[in-house]
Amino acid sequence: MRKDRTRQYTGGLVNINKGVISREIFAAEEVYEDELERIFPRSWLFVGHESQIPENGDYILGRMAEESVILNRDRNGKLHVFLNNCRHRGMRVCRYDKGNTRKFMCPFHAWVFSDQGKLIGVPKMETGYHNELDKSEWGLIEARVYSYRGFIFACWDNETPELEEYLGDLRFYFDDYCELPDGSYGDWEAFGGIFKWRVPCNWKFGAENFGGDYYHNPSHASVDQVVLSPAGVKGRHTYDAVTRERELWKLNVLTKEGHNARGELFKEVYEYVPTYQEMAIVEDYFRDCYGKRQKKLGDKSRWYGHGGTIFPNVSYSNGVQSMGSWHPCGPHETEIWRIFLAPKDAPNEVKDVLRHYVIRYQGPSGLTEQDDMENWGSAHEGSRGTIARRYDYNYGMGMGYEQRAWPAEWLGGDIYASEDVSEQNQRAYYARWARMMDAPPGSDIQPVLVEAAE
Amino acid sequence: MDTTPEHADLLLHYQVEQFYNHEAELLDARQFATWLDLLTEDIRYWMPVTINKEYGKWDGEYTREGKDLNWFDEGKFELAQRVRQIETGLHWAEEPVSRTSHMFSNLQVTNEGPELSTRCRFIIYRNRGETETDLFVGKRNDVLHRNDNSFKIAAREIFLDQSVLLAKNLTLFF
Repeated sequence: MRKDRTRQYTGGLVNINKGVISREIFAAEEVYEDELERIFPRSWLFVGHESQIPENGDYILGRMAEESVILNRDRNGKLHVFLNNCRHRGMRVCRYDKGNTRKFMCPFHAWVFSDQGKLIGVPKMETGYHNELDKSEWGLIEARVYSYRGFIFACWDNETPELEEYLGDLRFYFDDYCELPDGSYGDWEAFGGIFKWRVPCNWKFGAENFGGDYYHNPSHASVDQVVLSPAGVKGRHTYDAVTRERELWKLNVLTKEGHNARGELFKEVYEYVPTYQEMAIVEDYFRDCYGKRQKKLGDKSRWYGHGGTIFPNVSYSNGVQSMGSWHPCGPHETEIWRIFLAPKDAPNEVKDVLRHYVIRYQGPSGLTEQDDMENWGSAHEGSRGTIARRYDYNYGMGMGYEQRAWPAEWLGGDIYASEDVSEQNQRAYYARWARMMDAPPGSDIQPVLVEAAE
Repeated sequence: MDTTPEHADLLLHYQVEQFYNHEAELLDARQFATWLDLLTEDIRYWMPVTINKEYGKWDGEYTREGKDLNWFDEGKFELAQRVRQIETGLHWAEEPVSRTSHMFSNLQVTNEGPELSTRCRFIIYRNRGETETDLFVGKRNDVLHRNDNSFKIAAREIFLDQSVLLAKNLTLFF
C-alpha cells in the first residue's frame, strides 16, 4: 500500500459520503492483515446447517476465515464449534470432512479430546508431565455457537452481541429465507456434499455481488439466451415467469448493520403463475405452497426475496436455498463453500428439480456463476496495478435516493430501499466494514454495529 | 489368418482408442456441437464431489448421482445447453475461449456384448488468456454403445482427484 496514505478506513479508503472506495481494500496485504484481526474474529460467521449433522456424534469440518473448525453435535445433542487445532502443537485433530465420533485424537502426540472439547487423554502423563499438566485448561478452543432456525453461526468474540441483535433488521429478510415455500417454519435439509472451490479474487467481491448488484445483468446475457429458468419461458431465474408483466418494485434493501437483501415487492397480491408445467407433481407442490403462503402471510406475502449478504462473508439465495461463504485465502484468493437445501418433506421429484436446477445455476459448473467469477477475477486483477490503485472505484450509484421504511413500513422501520439498480447496499456494507476496521484490537475504540445517531 | 480371442480384444481396444482420440480431437478443436453427436440421446454425465474420508470407509468418498450435490449430474439436453452458451460468444468465462489438450491413458476395455465398458485416466491441460492455467487429472469410466463401425457414449463417470476444486470454473468437457 502506498506510504503516503494513512490507513484510515472510514472517510479514508472507504469514503461513503463521496461514493468512492479505494482499490487498496481488495489488494493490499496490510488491509488483509487488519481484516483477519478486526473483521472475522468479531463477526458471526456461518458454519453449517443442522441437517448436515443430524445425529448425536455427527461432525463436519467448517471454516472460519483462514482456519479449519469442527462443527459437531455431541453425545448429548449439543452443538459445538471447535478450532480444528491441537492445543499442544497445532495439528488438525480431525482430518476427515465428515463423520461420527466421540473423540478427536491428534495424530502427532496423541492428545485426545472429547466430542465436548475436553482434553481427556495425554500420553506419558506420569513419566513425561509428572502429573503436573492441568487437563482442564487445555481443551479445544471453542467458539460461541448459535443455531438460527437451523442455520448455525459461530463467533470467537465474547463482546459481539447475540446473533439476533447482530442480524438487526435483516431478521425479516432472513426469516423470509428460512420459511418453507408454504410460508411456515419447518425443516430444510441440505443435500449431501459441499461445493468448495478456489477463485482468484478478494473475498469481498462475491460478498458485495450477492449483496445486491442488479446492475451486472449484461454479464449473464449468454445464460439468459439459452434459458436456464425451470419455467422455460425466459431468463435464468426460477421467478422469471412469475415476475413477467407484474406490477412490482425490484428492491435493494440495506440494514444499518451493513447486511442486505434483494427481492421483489409486488404492488398487489399476485395470482399464481405456473412455473413447472412440465412436471405435475412439482407444479402441484408449488401451487399448493403458494396458496398456503398467501393465507398465512396475507399482505406480507407480496415480498418475494431473492437473497443477500449477511456481514461479513455469507450470502443467502432464496428460491432454491443456498448458503455460500466467502472464505479469505490471502488478499488475492477466495475459497467459496456452498451448500444447497430443499424442504425436507417435499416430494422427491421436487427436491430433484431444485437440486438439478441449482447446481446448473451456481457453483463452478453453474451456467450463471461461471460468468460472475470471471467478473470477480478480472476486477481483482484490475485492483492490483500500481497505476490502477491510484484511482478509486465508484460506488455512487443511487446516492441520496435511498428511502427509509419504503415502500411498505413492515419491511423494517430502519431499512433503506432503492428500486431497480443502486449501490446503496454495497455502501452500507463497506461503511460497516470500515467502522470495524477503524477499531484495532486492544484499543479504546469498540467496533460498532451501527453508526451513532447524527 | 484365424482370429483368436486375443486378436479380437486387441482390435476392439484399438477401435476404442481411435474413438477416444477422435473425441479428444473434437473437444480440443472446439467442435463441441460435433462432439455432442458422439453421445447417445439418453447419456448420463456425472462428476461427483470428492470427500476426504477415513481409510476403508470409501462408501461416502463421492457424492451420489441423482441425490447429492455433484459437479455434473446431467444428460444430453443440459450438455447441449452448455455448448449453446459457449456458442453465443457472450459466455465471458469462455470468451476468449480456453485452449485445452485432452489426454487419456491406462485404457481398459471390457466387452459386454452390445455394450462396452471402459476405464481410463485423464489429464486435461487448460490455458486461457495469458496466464490462467489448470490441470485436471482423474479417472473416467464410460459405457459405450456400438454404432455402425464406431461407438456412442451412453454414460460417463468422471472422478476428479481433488476435493477442493482448484480451478475457478468447470466450463470444459471431460
